[in-house]
Amino acid sequence: MSEIVKFTIDGKECQGKKGQLIVDAAADNGVYIPVLCHMRDLIPAGSCRICTTKVNGRYMAACTTPVDEGTVVENDTPELLDIRKAIVEMLFVEGNHFCPSCEKSGNCDLQALGYKYQMMAPRFPYAFERRELEASTPKIFLEKNRCIFCKRCVRVIKDDQGRSVFAFKGRGKTLQINIDKKLAANLSDEMAKKAMDICPVGAILRKEVGFVEPIGTKKYDHKPIGSDLKNIYQ
Amino acid sequence: MAQKVTIEPVTRVEGHGKVTIHLDDNMNVAQTRLHIVEFRGFERFVQGRPYWEAPVLVQRLCGICPVSHHLAAAKALDVIVGAGTGHGLTPTGEKMRRLMHYGQMFQSHALHFFHLSSPDFLLGYDADPAIRNVIGVAINFPELATQGVLMRKYGQEIIALTAGKKIHGTGAIPGGINKNLTIAERDSLLHGAGPLNIDQMVAWADGALQFFKGYYMKNREFVDNFAYFPSNHLSLVRKDGALDLYHGVLRAVDTNGNKILNDVDYQDYFNYIEEDVKSWSYMKFPYLKHLGKEKGWYRVGPLARLNTADFIPTPMAQKEFEIFKAHTNGKPNNYCLHTHWARLIELLHSAEVIKDLLNDPDLQKDDLVVKGTKQKEGVGLIEAPRGTLFHHYRINDNDQIEMANLIVSTTNNNEPMNQSVNFVAKKMMNGQAQITEPMKNAVEIAIRAYDPCLSCATHALGKMPLDIKLYNATGEILDHFKS
Ligand code: SF4
Repeated sequence: MSEIVKFTIDGKECQGKKGQLIVDAAADNGVYIPVLCHMRDLIPAGSCRICTTKVNGRYMAACTTPVDEGTVVENDTPELLDIRKAIVEMLFVEGNHFCPSCEKSGNCDLQALGYKYQMMAPRFPYAFERRELEASTPKIFLEKNRCIFCKRCVRVIKDDQGRSVFAFKGRGKTLQINIDKKLAANLSDEMAKKAMDICPVGAILRKEVGFVEPIGTKKYDHKPIGSDLKNIYQ
Repeated sequence: MAQKVTIEPVTRVEGHGKVTIHLDDNMNVAQTRLHIVEFRGFERFVQGRPYWEAPVLVQRLCGICPVSHHLAAAKALDVIVGAGTGHGLTPTGEKMRRLMHYGQMFQSHALHFFHLSSPDFLLGYDADPAIRNVIGVAINFPELATQGVLMRKYGQEIIALTAGKKIHGTGAIPGGINKNLTIAERDSLLHGAGPLNIDQMVAWADGALQFFKGYYMKNREFVDNFAYFPSNHLSLVRKDGALDLYHGVLRAVDTNGNKILNDVDYQDYFNYIEEDVKSWSYMKFPYLKHLGKEKGWYRVGPLARLNTADFIPTPMAQKEFEIFKAHTNGKPNNYCLHTHWARLIELLHSAEVIKDLLNDPDLQKDDLVVKGTKQKEGVGLIEAPRGTLFHHYRINDNDQIEMANLIVSTTNNNEPMNQSVNFVAKKMMNGQAQITEPMKNAVEIAIRAYDPCLSCATHALGKMPLDIKLYNATGEILDHFKS
């Protein structure tokens, strides 16, 4: 049995398993640390940095840092909130996000964080990156403009031989999410739905079912992101 | 010395435009033009998008009647997903959409009458512009102003309960609707708190209509003579000739009431309608192909609809329709300002339709969407508050829109608005050297009767205040007015 350790988040006494990731341990103790790329039980990606916290005085990604006896975590401080807001703004300006006609609106984690941090106009200039759409697979419409490179799809959506249906292509400024057309041709409806659900933005869309969910029934229509700690990491 | 008068921007209409009036050496009106100076290009940037996004994306053209765009696009996509047109949907799908549409019609017509045009009727066309506005109405006729606000609110509530929110909802999806109306929602509309119930709405709509008729009886000469000119009229009508604002066949009549487009299927609209482009306006000029540019232009909107329809399928509005028709001995009505009268009959009709729909148990059923064999192309038409609205999409093998064509109501009314401006300018300005306030307002009243949405017409955004300039033959500004 793993060893139980005591740690604090913003002064609150918490308990977790030694080596458990801080985001997961925080959620188990009723404390919300925002995530975009993290999913429980997946190998951490640490790519989005929205979970930036101060751990024993140093900036750390809470999704890649384990808890230990006596760890001191700062989470809800004006400085960290502003850092997170800046990260959300960067993600918005880096892609081409147009919430008004996006079917993920209301279910989108990035949009929900924009509301949470009361983002108005981003402080950074828009990059207006030109990204192509990939519409040629039967079940998925890949809207590359909205990808935030969280790598969730790459890590989760695999065929029965364990091959990833999604993959990154390019580096730095030219990095794009891609879909393997051959593997995608055999994707089940269930996996297509899962891909759309785990994508924290509206980059992966299932074909032909857009807007079937009425306004008022979506994840963040009534409660802000972070209200339901059991389900935030799927 | 020849002169040019510019009216820019025009007030109390949706959008932004200007009017120029050229006077010849004898100070007579030589030429008038309504220029639409906005440009957006929705037809281009919808290309490449997944087709199911069109009803939600394209409605962003407009904050005034987005529901019309939402539904016209959804109707076009019904064809694409193989659900057919009109009655191809499930009863719940079709009736929920109808409720959304008539709710929209109700709020838009109420807004136009109470907020945009009533200042002219209540306070006088020649009243000081400082009070001839909605604030002036609120101060002098608080009861009417309140009714206007609450009728609009009621219509917006219907939209929220059918589309998901009051502006830019997502209710209509290809092949149907994404929600039904719960019993609680239905009851809130049937017997809502205070005056917000359907019976009160029917009564107020009737009250507004009777008010206009009273005004008309007292000012008959002015109203009848304001801008009368013959034209063709076009709209959808139900297959049996009834007024139907949601679905039907395309009918056009000439000024004598002869059918010049005989109840054709609108999927083939491009066989009958063409659009002309002029260098001085971003707004196109549609006309009936077989009659040509000169003779084929037509009016759309409330006046046109009451001219093309044989009857109205609700009792109170039908009675009023008979009175309206009797005024022109059953022939088409070409009096521009009678558009207000026709609009108020439609307001009453919409309230009656809403009441019937709310009492229909089909709205509580769960069968919401129909799909069949996928098609590559689809056309959706609807009677928007301002007239016939065309949406046409073609998709590729990957479900992306590759072509979109939109002909919005105000575009259909482009030539009639130009004709009205010309008529009024000639009447008011021939021989005048200076622009007077009544002259400016007369031109605006002529445009306003069409309740134009210039933003939609060029698929643009903005509001439309008035700016008039008077030029001499050498292009020198003699007089300039800006509101
Ligand atoms: S497509 Fe979605 S899930 Fe995949 S990397 Fe991009 S944002 Fe993440």
